[in-house]
Amino acid sequence: MINRLVIENLKHRRLRTVLSALSIGFQVTMILAVAGLSRGMLEDSRNRAKGVGADIWIKPPGASAISLTGASMPQSVLRYFREVPHVKLATGTAVQPIGGISTITGIDYGEFVAMSGPFRFLDGGPFQSDDDVIVDQYYAEQQKLKAGDTVTILNHQWRVCGVVEPGKLARLFVRLHRLQELTNSEGKLNQAFLKLDDPARAQEVIRYLKSQPELTGYSIYSIEEFLSMFSMSNVPGLQAFIYVIIGLSLIIGFLVVGLTMYTTVLERTREIGILKALGASPLDIVGILVRETVVLAVAGWITGILLSLGAHWAINTQVRANLQSEIVPDWWPIALAVSLIASLLGALYPGLRAARQDAIEALSYE
Amino acid sequence: MEPIIAVRDLRKIYHVGEVDVHALRGVSMEVPRGEFVSIVGPSGSGKSTLFHVIGALTSITSGQVIVDGQDLSELSDSERTRLRRQKVGFVFQRYNLLPTLTALGNIEIARYFGGKSGPLEKDFLEILRLLGIEHRLHHKPRALSGGEQQRVAIARALVNRPAILLADEPTGNLDSENSEAVLSLLRDLNHRFGQTILMITHNPEAAAFADRIIQMRDGRVVQPA
Repeated sequence: MINRLVIENLKHRRLRTVLSALSIGFQVTMILAVAGLSRGMLEDSRNRAKGVGADIWIKPPGASAISLTGASMPQSVLRYFREVPHVKLATGTAVQPIGGISTITGIDYGEFVAMSGPFRFLDGGPFQSDDDVIVDQYYAEQQKLKAGDTVTILNHQWRVCGVVEPGKLARLFVRLHRLQELTNSEGKLNQAFLKLDDPARAQEVIRYLKSQPELTGYSIYSIEEFLSMFSMSNVPGLQAFIYVIIGLSLIIGFLVVGLTMYTTVLERTREIGILKALGASPLDIVGILVRETVVLAVAGWITGILLSLGAHWAINTQVRANLQSEIVPDWWPIALAVSLIASLLGALYPGLRAARQDAIEALSYE
Repeated sequence: MEPIIAVRDLRKIYHVGEVDVHALRGVSMEVPRGEFVSIVGPSGSGKSTLFHVIGALTSITSGQVIVDGQDLSELSDSERTRLRRQKVGFVFQRYNLLPTLTALGNIEIARYFGGKSGPLEKDFLEILRLLGIEHRLHHKPRALSGGEQQRVAIARALVNRPAILLADEPTGNLDSENSEAVLSLLRDLNHRFGQTILMITHNPEAAAFADRIIQMRDGRVVQPA
């Protein structure tokens, strides 16, 4: 019976109910979108790192492990790496930001293909000239590019020579020396990759490299170690950012539900008096408001999941080259807990106010 | 026979800001089981306060009020709530139906608080027939006329078979035709089911439907009939 009253109360003020559920839904979406984006982008980066085909990944001194750019190392170091026992191939890349979190990567085509395997061209083919750029499918779709088109990057006109399947280190590839020229960083690399004659010897080779005085300060990882770094806890500030989003969601939910329930209690003062006259205890009155709050929170949670699925679809179809999103069902219970806690906290004061309402005053409320 | 309502030297003082308002100044009265009593008096005479005290909606300052054997002066808030659930049915001037529930929903929620569930009892179905609202049970209050709403309110007040039915100006918002119908129904309920009814009114014609009229003025009973 109480459940019927709760549902009828919520139906009675449909617009307010819908707006409240939407507000809670947006807070849930905010949490799920941030978690989905974080995980999607890390997973995408991880997959692309894996696509290089290297056994060892080397970053220059002062570079962050999974940052896009950073300090540089001399290109001549590759000759040194090639002399190390068990190193079969060594290549390096230069990475240059082109706005936002997008980058362009300079490669030595022959060395890179030798290490990672051939590019799978969906359109066009390899570099023909120094001003050619190879783009991956996501970038091509987002920018509506095909082989033969021109594109301006770093204030320079490039011809799209080929569109490749995604999953190999970067989205935009140009010749290494051309990028070095354009960025005044001739002879410098941002990272180096080693392929071994036997991947099982990776730790042995890493130990050797780390023991070399000339490589002091270099970060040297096996591919397994490197890939394991692509987690939320390893990205500086990401977890704190997510906690901030959760905190904001709690505050928004608290305010929205608090305001909704406060106006509900004011509006229903007389009805609260009627219920008390019928024998409802203060606990019954609080129970009714709590149930309404839980229904709002759950409805908002479901709305939020649906909105986050919509956001996931929009991100992955419209801006797939810049942002990648994942559906994060393991975050759904967290989002539910956040919306329930926020909503129940918001309903606390209005609920207590309703419970303490004097029945006679409530019955005479106009 | 022991009266169903016994009030002895009842005093009730409200504190409004720093002012003490003496709403009841030593009221004494008795209502035997099965009687239909009207309480009349001008505004401020204390009749509504008496209604609220007997209905266990508010505490008493001093004196004694016994309803169906229970001394209200000794009851805690939760015990007063229980008494309202089981022994008192209210009918208000403004009907006070819950607007979000149907007529039946309003009756059922009172029944729920009274601790009952399942199908409506046979004798209550007879009351519904007497009230003439069986065909209007699935309508919400806004779809009912004033007379129909008041009859639903009476049904709701009686669904838990209370010891006393308290009616506060039950015809105050009704036209004369509906007023007479509601008052006749109250009298029928009193005659056919032996329902004890205490009705507040300042309409002498309405008061005349009762077996007895108690007149109040300035917080005192001035003329027990």
